[in-house]
Amino acid sequence: MSRVGAIAWNTFREAVRDRVLYNLVFFALLLIATSILVGQISIGIETIVLVSLGLSAISIIGLLIAIFTGVGLVSKEIEKRTLYALLSKPVRRWEFLAGKFGGLVLTLMVNTAAMALGLLLALLYLKHALEHGDATVFIAVYFILLKLTIVVALALLFSCFTSQLLAILFTASLYIAGLFISEMRNLDGSRVGPAAKVFFSWISYLLPNFQNFDVMAAAAHERAVPAVLVLHNTLYAVLYSTIVLSAASVVFSRRNLK
Amino acid sequence: MPVPAIEIEGLTKDYPYGFLHLKTKRSLENLSMTVEEGEAFGFLGPNGAGKSTTIKLLMGIIFPTSGSAKILGRSIDDVEMHKDIGYLPEQPYFYDYLTAAELLDYFARFFGLSARARKERVAKLLMKVGLETAGKIQLRKYSKGMLQRVGLAQAILHDPKVVILDEPMSGLDPIGRREVRDIILELKREGKTVLFSTHILTDAETLCDKVGVIVGGKLQGVGRPDDIVGMKANEMEILFDADANDSRSATLIAKATKSGSRCALRVPEEEVFTTLEELRAANAKLASVTPIKPTLEEYFLHLVEKDRAQAAAIEVSGK
Repeated sequence: MSRVGAIAWNTFREAVRDRVLYNLVFFALLLIATSILVGQISIGIETIVLVSLGLSAISIIGLLIAIFTGVGLVSKEIEKRTLYALLSKPVRRWEFLAGKFGGLVLTLMVNTAAMALGLLLALLYLKHALEHGDATVFIAVYFILLKLTIVVALALLFSCFTSQLLAILFTASLYIAGLFISEMRNLDGSRVGPAAKVFFSWISYLLPNFQNFDVMAAAAHERAVPAVLVLHNTLYAVLYSTIVLSAASVVFSRRNLK
Repeated sequence: MPVPAIEIEGLTKDYPYGFLHLKTKRSLENLSMTVEEGEAFGFLGPNGAGKSTTIKLLMGIIFPTSGSAKILGRSIDDVEMHKDIGYLPEQPYFYDYLTAAELLDYFARFFGLSARARKERVAKLLMKVGLETAGKIQLRKYSKGMLQRVGLAQAILHDPKVVILDEPMSGLDPIGRREVRDIILELKREGKTVLFSTHILTDAETLCDKVGVIVGGKLQGVGRPDDIVGMKANEMEILFDADANDSRSATLIAKATKSGSRCALRVPEEEVFTTLEELRAANAKLASVTPIKPTLEEYFLHLVEKDRAQAAAIEVSGK
């Protein structure tokens, strides 16, 4: 595990030294600050506007980092040939993938925490004190992080066998498809035909279900999120990411690096 | 019986190309060779001959189409055997956001060294490759030669038994090349097995106990540099002075290369005595008879030209 840890730490160090990430996090904090101003002209729904805009900013910036950095995790190392020296050390290919994945998830955790702290400060500024219902905001942030974990795993899988551009396209497509899982399952068979209904119903179980991670509305309205959903989403993210990473490992373990 | 340091058997590599990767190009064909423990082995060949392909196969960067290889008696599929191997890639690139010291420390972590041991090892290696004052500079600011030195340092960081260097002299100035040569010689003295690829023949002649020449993906010969050139028929050079006005010596002078009054004549070994007889009959003054030993470079060029001629013949017959 120490090898995976070393690779993860180096991936995190690379992200920390990349100024683009700072700019993105700064942009998210700026969005949160702006939402205070927007909230002030929305009388009576200031908190709802702040939480909705704040969580959206965290989610979008997180997604940008997860997809754009995620697809480069493997392909950049192959293109720049930095992987050659690394794989000449006693490092298995799956350990390399696990380390890269861990490093980016760690980066996302730190970035998301920084953005969540900004949102917390903005909430405090607006409400002067936090209430019990605000805990949902942090559950929503946790769910965003779980969602990003799956996105990183998908980006990593695609970057193992295709170009960066295609990997971005595939990951983004799967993310968008994953937002419409219930629509796929509830298609009207009389309009799309029975074959399409069965096809979309089956495929909806293979695609990542990102709808379950969206509790933004509950957070904005300070509604509680059931503990079973937290447990369910955590297990789902862990299991889905593990399956995707295992597939990535199978693909990458026999890949010729040119 | 001692186990060879590197044992390659029937290694073949095809690269797919074209639409849907349906066509294949053979980059390496049925390569078999061994490198004994403690030997410095030079892998010679022109660009695209298959040297880097062989090395990448040994390091598990690419996978063979057929054949197998062992390093220190263990299959190349066994990643743990990398604990005993050091590798310098061709034109090495490293994480340019790291300093040389950080990079070496990062790589040292894969060998289970303690923080203190890593610090000591990194300082020692930076000094060995002459980068002790540049250790804290980010690699993006390094020149090609400096990167090559960092590459060498990471290859020998863990004191490996076998060191594989892909074009270690490439991109280095004469001083840099001299330093790399010294490091290879030091590794040899320490009893390490060194395999390095190069197309700089003088380096191979100076450093290697044994060389393997590869052209067009096929191994053309393996042996001691002296022996390998001996595969080609030797010639003798006869130096003589003769009177140009003497009709008896005119034929011989016409065949020779002239430098002032001195003539140099190259003849196959088996024709030496006949030629000497002719010179005696022509009343020529014999200066010397020297066997001409072809250099590794001549042998190498001869093989490359032969390969090109064969490739051209195949192309013509294909048309």
